[in-house]
Amino acid sequence: MHIEEFATGDSPIHRLDPRTKIIAAIVFSVVVALNHSLSATAAAMVFPVAVIAVARISITKLLRRLILVNGLILFLWCVLPFTFPGEPLYSIGPLEIHREGVLYALLLTLKSNAIILAMIGLLGTSSVFSLVHALSHMGVPDKLVHLFFFCFRYVHVIHDEYRRLVRAMKIRSFKPGTNLHTYRTYAYLMGMLLVRSFDRSERIVAAMKCRGFRGRFYILHHHEMKKSDYLLAGCSGLFAALLLVL
Amino acid sequence: MIRLKDIGFRYNSRPIFTGLNFRVSPGDRIGLVGPNGSGKTTLAQIIMGLLIPDSGEIELFGKVRKTESDFAEVRGRIGFLFQDSEDQLFCPTVLEDVAFGPLNLGKSKEEARAIVSATLASLNLEGFEERITYQLSGGEKRLVSLATVLAMSPEVLILDEPTSGLDESTTERIVQRLTDSSLSYVLISHDRDVVERTTDIVITIRDGRIVLVKEKSEQGRHQPSL
Repeated sequence: MHIEEFATGDSPIHRLDPRTKIIAAIVFSVVVALNHSLSATAAAMVFPVAVIAVARISITKLLRRLILVNGLILFLWCVLPFTFPGEPLYSIGPLEIHREGVLYALLLTLKSNAIILAMIGLLGTSSVFSLVHALSHMGVPDKLVHLFFFCFRYVHVIHDEYRRLVRAMKIRSFKPGTNLHTYRTYAYLMGMLLVRSFDRSERIVAAMKCRGFRGRFYILHHHEMKKSDYLLAGCSGLFAALLLVL
Repeated sequence: MIRLKDIGFRYNSRPIFTGLNFRVSPGDRIGLVGPNGSGKTTLAQIIMGLLIPDSGEIELFGKVRKTESDFAEVRGRIGFLFQDSEDQLFCPTVLEDVAFGPLNLGKSKEEARAIVSATLASLNLEGFEERITYQLSGGEKRLVSLATVLAMSPEVLILDEPTSGLDESTTERIVQRLTDSSLSYVLISHDRDVVERTTDIVITIRDGRIVLVKEKSEQGRHQPSL
């Protein structure tokens, strides 16, 4: 499991201040999400594609991620063209495909891919910790920032714990099947993970208290706004305005 | 420095301590041994104020401590090394993790950085600053955990199984670091050899109380008082 897959790299995008990137990503997502025009959404794709090109992100890894997301969108394609009321295009037996449904599914597909590409290009190219720093500098409530950070930090540990439990099941010849024994075993596995995570969180808090933690994180590295940051901010602002006009 | 008086503690209505007395004075090097579940870790957690005893009195650095803020005041002066390093290391990089304690104690960033490099160097961990904590090996994690505790320059250490599950050379590094220092400490361990080499007095918990197992009485050694 590698969450920060795209974060290691050295490109103008990687070097940007994460605060600029977060704001640009938010503005872009909101504009794209609120937009109802197909042509404007298609035009919006230019921005994330440009960012990704500049960041030199590996296309194969990128596609692998997009396939995951588009798996969900596939369900929309299975449902929307048939259920959305409108002008019928053609019919398969009793089912009719409607033109509006197809267009709507297409719009949703474009929107989600544009937003995800922008997230990968802008946020994926920063390490999680620098994003956490940026968020706390931007005045996001401490509790939310801590929550985000600890989720990230301990996902690895919980995943390791999960693998350990699965291994322990395997060496005792557990083979998953469609039966009550399997369901019960998986329920135990989930329960065990939950209990263990809870215990661990208590121990982490205790360890932090022992080192003088009183609810505040001090930050060692500081961000700095550079010319390139103002450039990105300007570009994305202009682009967002342009999309709104379209 | 540490004085526990008449401590009573129950866990799930099972009595762990009944009228336990314990004392650590400057210069003491105490080994705490005993079977699993006898309350060694519990004792350490009571000293740190992480568990509140049902009865008794805890005096740390000359003052009776009762509330969370009483304990928070002195936690920097007692370094507690956890059994599982995974619980202790939570920052992404070693630098940030070791700097966490000093920053909490109000050190400036420059001071914190200097402390981090000095502490890492004292454990032969030079150049570990930018390493990612969750990618370290088990032994490295333990050494870095020890560094996070030492970075706060505590007056006394409480080490919960510092060498369990470690190979000989890592164990050796920890033993060396302890014997080289003039720190006072309480070392909880099952490893007879480690306890033998690093401590002057060995105690255990029996029937909810501290019992003396062995005392080394070398000349000029400080005589700990229980």
